[in-house]
Amino acid sequence: MAKLEAGTTTSARRARPVSPHLQVYKMMLTFVMSGFHRVTGMVLYFGILLLVWWLIAAASGPNAYTYFEWCMGTLIGRLVLFGYTWALLHHTLGGVRHLIWDTIHGFEPAEREMLALATIVGSVSLTLVVWVIGYLAMGGPR
Amino acid sequence: MKEPPMRTPMRRVRGLGAGHSGTGDFWHQRVTSVAGIPLTFALFVIVIALLGRSHAAVVQILGSPIVAIIMLLFILNIAYHMWIGMKEIIIDYVHEDKLKLLSLMANTFFAFAVGFASAFAILKLSFGV
Repeated sequence: MAKLEAGTTTSARRARPVSPHLQVYKMMLTFVMSGFHRVTGMVLYFGILLLVWWLIAAASGPNAYTYFEWCMGTLIGRLVLFGYTWALLHHTLGGVRHLIWDTIHGFEPAEREMLALATIVGSVSLTLVVWVIGYLAMGGPR
Repeated sequence: MKEPPMRTPMRRVRGLGAGHSGTGDFWHQRVTSVAGIPLTFALFVIVIALLGRSHAAVVQILGSPIVAIIMLLFILNIAYHMWIGMKEIIIDYVHEDKLKLLSLMANTFFAFAVGFASAFAILKLSFGV
């Protein structure tokens, strides 16, 4: 192990051998799903503003609420909501996968692949199910 | 560097790590993620139930005790969960001290703003002031 002495911060910046990084690994589904989990987390971090906006609009009055509804009803609004739905479901399922791993289960190669596949297939199907139920609840597409 | 012999491994570990908080964040992230599963399901049910309804109906339903309590739990749980998550991301990728501190601070401001703004809106809907 390299010895670090006090006051030698500059020597810590010397070129040192580095461990293999992302680009040398084969693209695997587990690796992609790991990235998706973090990216969807970041998307949801800012996406929560939609929920805050919805609540504040409802608390503000009919005009603010109508404006919110109009924005979400546009094509862009619906696409954003669709993406938000998927991100939320994907992150939730990815979280369940991590909780399974926390119990020290599901680490075998086949299990890892299965969990990664279940995350993406599950999140996409659940998103479609939620939107179908949503449109049915509204009485069909408008 | 030679450690004084009286320092136990526990002493060295305590208070260290990039977040200076040991495994506290890790555990709280697990707690809030477990809580988030039923709360997220409940959020979907609530939002779908409110789709296309008039403002008056939405106010009445969102303000009813059970729905308001679930929404409060969801938003406060998520605010804490996303605060920890973004802190972890910042610690992973932002290495410049000043920028790191500013990012961590901005993260805290954002999480508090999201949590309190939503909580205020829900309480206002509920108490009808």
